[in-house]
Amino acid sequence: MIQTLAFYLFASLVIASAVMVIMARNPVHSVLWLILAFFNAAGLMVLVGAEFIAMLLVIVYVGAVAVLFLFVVMMLNIDFAEMRAGFINNVPLGLLIALILLVELIMGVGAWSAGGIALGTPDGSAAQGLGQSNIEAVGALLYGKYVFLFEVAGIILLVAMIGAIVLTHRQRPDGARGHQDIGKQIRRRPQDATVLKNPDVGEGVEL
Amino acid sequence: MIGIEHYIVVSAILFVLGVLGIFLNRKNVIVILMAIELILLAVNINLVAFSSFMGDLTGQIFAMLVLTVAAAEAAIGLAILVIYFRANGTIAVDDVNRMKG
Repeated sequence: MIQTLAFYLFASLVIASAVMVIMARNPVHSVLWLILAFFNAAGLMVLVGAEFIAMLLVIVYVGAVAVLFLFVVMMLNIDFAEMRAGFINNVPLGLLIALILLVELIMGVGAWSAGGIALGTPDGSAAQGLGQSNIEAVGALLYGKYVFLFEVAGIILLVAMIGAIVLTHRQRPDGARGHQDIGKQIRRRPQDATVLKNPDVGEGVEL
Repeated sequence: MIGIEHYIVVSAILFVLGVLGIFLNRKNVIVILMAIELILLAVNINLVAFSSFMGDLTGQIFAMLVLTVAAAEAAIGLAILVIYFRANGTIAVDDVNRMKG
């Protein structure tokens, strides 16, 4: 029973927060609703026993992507009228979202201890357990059969990282503060930059 | 009793909302990127639900790869947004026709 209740709670909240993401006037509010949507989607995934993907969703999306969005929204300093009205406007919304998350976490634990949702199988037979936890099974598959895809995912992330850095890196003019001459930095050798001294006791080092 | 249909319906609604968000927020490219994240989330829910339904973990592996691509896409998209803002002082995507595509 509590699984059904938890499913409808998660599903309705994920849809409601998705509506708020696309309707909110202020992009900061959009990002906050997006975080709530991802949390609820993670809850939906926990209910069917995919806890590893659920945790990954929370870590990657809430921990990285949403923060990146928030960072860019704040950094761009676009002329949002509400945003200038002050940070205090975000507090009621933040409290609301925090409260919803808290209730959900409590509820999720309750639903988990009551057993997950069994979605059934195509031929209607009872689903058989894999005999190991979800994370073990995913790990065996990921590092075994799909290790090539795993490596490709790593390459994609590396390319994205280099691309983002190259795109946003700004070359400052010569002599300005923060100017970098990358060729000069790469050519720098240890013997040009450091000297070995052996000072006597009680004496300083003259450079 | 919750079945696969419930999950498919949730995922479909989420997908449609993401597409709707792209059309509603034509001017604000940040919200467009968030709508794309919503679409990819719908795909992930579908993959995980079917993975559980079929008793086959491959769907969860694919969900992980979708997650990777979504993160990379967000990083690149926001980087492009930052340099566009730096060059033009606005993020209005209505008048992005520099490439005359």
